[in-house]
Amino acid sequence: MIRFMLMVNRQGQTRLSRYYQPVELSRRAQLEADVVRCCLSRRKDQCSFVDYKDFKLVYRQYAALYVVVGVTDNENELSVYELLHNFVEVLDKYFSRVSELDIMFNLDRVHIILDEMIQNGHVVETNKSRVLAPLTALDKMADG
Amino acid sequence: MHTHTAMSPSVPLQEMIRAIRSARTQCEERGVIQRECAAIRAQFRQADNGGRSHNLAKLLYVHMLGYPAHFGQMECVRMIASPRYSEKRVGYLGAMMLLDEKQDASLLITNSIKNDLSHSNQYVQSLALCTLACMGSAEMCRDLAPEIDRLLRASNSYIKKKAALCAVHIVRKVHELGELFVPAARSLLSEKNHGVLHGAVVLIIELCEQNPETLERFRKTVPDLVQIMKGLVLSGYSPEHDVAGISDPFLQVRILRLLRILGRNNEGASDSMNDLLAQVATNTDSTKTVGNAVLYETVLTVLDIKSESGLRVLAVNILGRFLLNNDRNIRYIAMTSLQKIVGTDHNAVQRHRGTIVDCLKDQDASVKRRALELSLALVSASNIRSMMKELLLFLSSCPPELRAHAASGIFNAAERYAPSQRWHIDTMLHVLITAGGDVRDETVPNLIQLITNASELHCYTVHKLYRALLLDISQQSLVQVACWCIGEYGDLLLKGDCQETEPVQVTEDDALDALETVLQSHMSSPATRGFALTATMKLSTRITDNVDRIRSIVSIYGSCIDVELQQRAVEYNALFRKYDHMRAAVLERMPVIEKNSPGHTNGESTGEAVKDVPTAKMKQGEPLLLQQPANQVCDLLDLLGGSEETLQPGPAVDCLVSGLSVHAAGTAGGDLLDLLGGFEPAELSPAPQVLAYDKGGVTLTLSCEKQSDTGLTVTLTASNSSDSDLSSFTLQAAVPKSVQLHMKAPSGDSLPARGTAKVTQMVVLNNPNKVNLKMRVRVSYTRQGSPFQDTVQIDSFPGLDAAGQ
Repeated sequence: MIRFMLMVNRQGQTRLSRYYQPVELSRRAQLEADVVRCCLSRRKDQCSFVDYKDFKLVYRQYAALYVVVGVTDNENELSVYELLHNFVEVLDKYFSRVSELDIMFNLDRVHIILDEMIQNGHVVETNKSRVLAPLTALDKMADG
Repeated sequence: MHTHTAMSPSVPLQEMIRAIRSARTQCEERGVIQRECAAIRAQFRQADNGGRSHNLAKLLYVHMLGYPAHFGQMECVRMIASPRYSEKRVGYLGAMMLLDEKQDASLLITNSIKNDLSHSNQYVQSLALCTLACMGSAEMCRDLAPEIDRLLRASNSYIKKKAALCAVHIVRKVHELGELFVPAARSLLSEKNHGVLHGAVVLIIELCEQNPETLERFRKTVPDLVQIMKGLVLSGYSPEHDVAGISDPFLQVRILRLLRILGRNNEGASDSMNDLLAQVATNTDSTKTVGNAVLYETVLTVLDIKSESGLRVLAVNILGRFLLNNDRNIRYIAMTSLQKIVGTDHNAVQRHRGTIVDCLKDQDASVKRRALELSLALVSASNIRSMMKELLLFLSSCPPELRAHAASGIFNAAERYAPSQRWHIDTMLHVLITAGGDVRDETVPNLIQLITNASELHCYTVHKLYRALLLDISQQSLVQVACWCIGEYGDLLLKGDCQETEPVQVTEDDALDALETVLQSHMSSPATRGFALTATMKLSTRITDNVDRIRSIVSIYGSCIDVELQQRAVEYNALFRKYDHMRAAVLERMPVIEKNSPGHTNGESTGEAVKDVPTAKMKQGEPLLLQQPANQVCDLLDLLGGSEETLQPGPAVDCLVSGLSVHAAGTAGGDLLDLLGGFEPAELSPAPQVLAYDKGGVTLTLSCEKQSDTGLTVTLTASNSSDSDLSSFTLQAAVPKSVQLHMKAPSGDSLPARGTAKVTQMVVLNNPNKVNLKMRVRVSYTRQGSPFQDTVQIDSFPGLDAAGQ
């Protein structure tokens, strides 16, 4: 299962964080800093899977943002790697060429999208239209 | 410059984010946030106003940045109970982020969740489901499980898929409730909607993992699962589920995982999956990563169930193909998988040896590491020569953190499969020359023993070593072996002619020069200088012209600051002066050293020598140092066997010998100990062991040996049978006042899981007043980042009577 999902920029600022297994607030900052350091220090020719403590990190870089996911040992890393891409593609579709600022200023919407895709540490829906359907409906409700 | 604009309390989230962004320092940011939090708190206290959801949203943002937000918990509860969707939404999100079952406030939302689960608006239902799945406590789960079951059966697919994952959480929290969901899970498999299918499969996986009986029952679903997979793999392009040409790869991976669980250890189920797995393996497009993800999962499944051999070979071939893939991620996972099966499917993996060896040159450090381990596992008698070439090549260019592991792996391989002695010696020398600084210390005695055994190669070896010595005297292990050989086989070196290498004329002065360089160099460790001095001394009987030179060297070192060297020099001086008639016999060629004699294993275990080579060297320097003279002195007294009366060994020799308890015993110097009398040989058979402590998987056993009337050595052995590794493992001991305690250095400080290695530590006690002996031991270690301490009192020591005497 997925233990947490983070989106962090190169300066180490967290733009999105979601924990599917409870982690105390005091430990979160440490964890996030560690994870970011780990990913930032990887070179271009190193693979995207890192063994970290007793679980694995899978990360992908999109421009200045790193999407990092911590998964338990029994997950298929390639599948999670694809999942990250799927998530970013969904964001892309909703925000039309998503950027870091979009995520920052629309954090609540990003959380809604994330909840539609991943629940309780497991994948719930990967079809882009289905993921975005509730949100589009909500947007209409809010306007109406 | 950021001015202190009075922030209106209901400023929208965007404004606050902008303000935070424009803060230039951490301090400024803190200021902005503190002001905002104060405003938010004030707002919360006020009665209902329009901006409530904004405030909570702002608080959640602040929380994400790492600032405390606990004062928002009650607001979450209030918001969840609100009829307005936007407020519910933020409230539930807040609950997921700020609350967990440890907070009291979480209980208060149980009722709201219950109501919302049957709300008319499916989005509200989904909020409730999502939140329950995220932070539902055991009581909440028990309370609401029937409701979830109802939703699993009768609702739309949007809700069903979420309910399924909610059920996963419930089952994790309360195992017994698994039984409740089995029928619903079973029927969900006939749904068409992929989201629901996916949720169903995850739920079934969870149910099967929790309960083996449930697993048995779900085996009947294998045909259905096979059908579904076939549909996914063989159907044409489906725009709804397509990801880069593969139809819903995420679902495929999930189903494959479930098939794996169901087919494990079961012939029948495995048989019925064989065809499908072969189909998936051959039909899946491997040009894109998604395809490879599915193939990877297929391979894992094939290798885990009882598949037929043809299928296994197919799976290993897929892994072999992965190794050639341009994408380093794929190479990495191929390596990891191959490593897991190299034990069971050795022959299949052997076929890809070439590719694996090529990966030794990969850029990525983790791929290199795995390639090294795999290569070492694939070495066999038939490929040893070619493999060793590659491994040695690797050693010369490998990253420093892998050197020690590579060196010790090479030694093991060489030992097991060496085709000839000369090859073996050459290989070991090569390793010492390339990576001498990273080898374990027992390498030196091992190599020496090997050399003595290869008697026809003595000439060749000493020439080679001499040449290596001339090139580089910084690698201590190499220098030690070289010095030893020059000392021992100096006559062969000086003779000059040798069949195996080009003849080179080495004069006595050359040889002595080489040894003296080592003696004087600041790069040489004390142990190395000991070797050099002894070798110089040995040469005194193998050369003819320069004995005076040796005499003067030896006498200079008689006043050396290093006590060990000084002692040796003094003894050798004595050998020149008083016992000159014995010198030839004393220094003659040594007998072939027997393998596995205790003199050749280090007294204190150094399981972790690979990691702490510097400290291990310091520790090991001692026994190694003592080992050389041990052999010589043994010879000395062997000769004296019958005539101990006439030639009393000088006091210097005496104290040398008394320090040799462990090493002397068992070698030819068994007589030695009888001669000196009153000297206890070290106990080589295992002393009785007593379990002193057993908690949390950590066990501590102790054994004792009486050293003298009042002296006692206690050996503590710790091992870890739990599933997690322990680090920073230390033992401390306290004894009654009159007892003297001396703790020796432990063998290491980490205890890997499942007892794969132990830590031993010796404690020397002296009980002059013969009081009742008790010892309190404090155990401390770190497990998964958290420290742990415990104390145990030991009142009885095995091998001693009740009074501790």
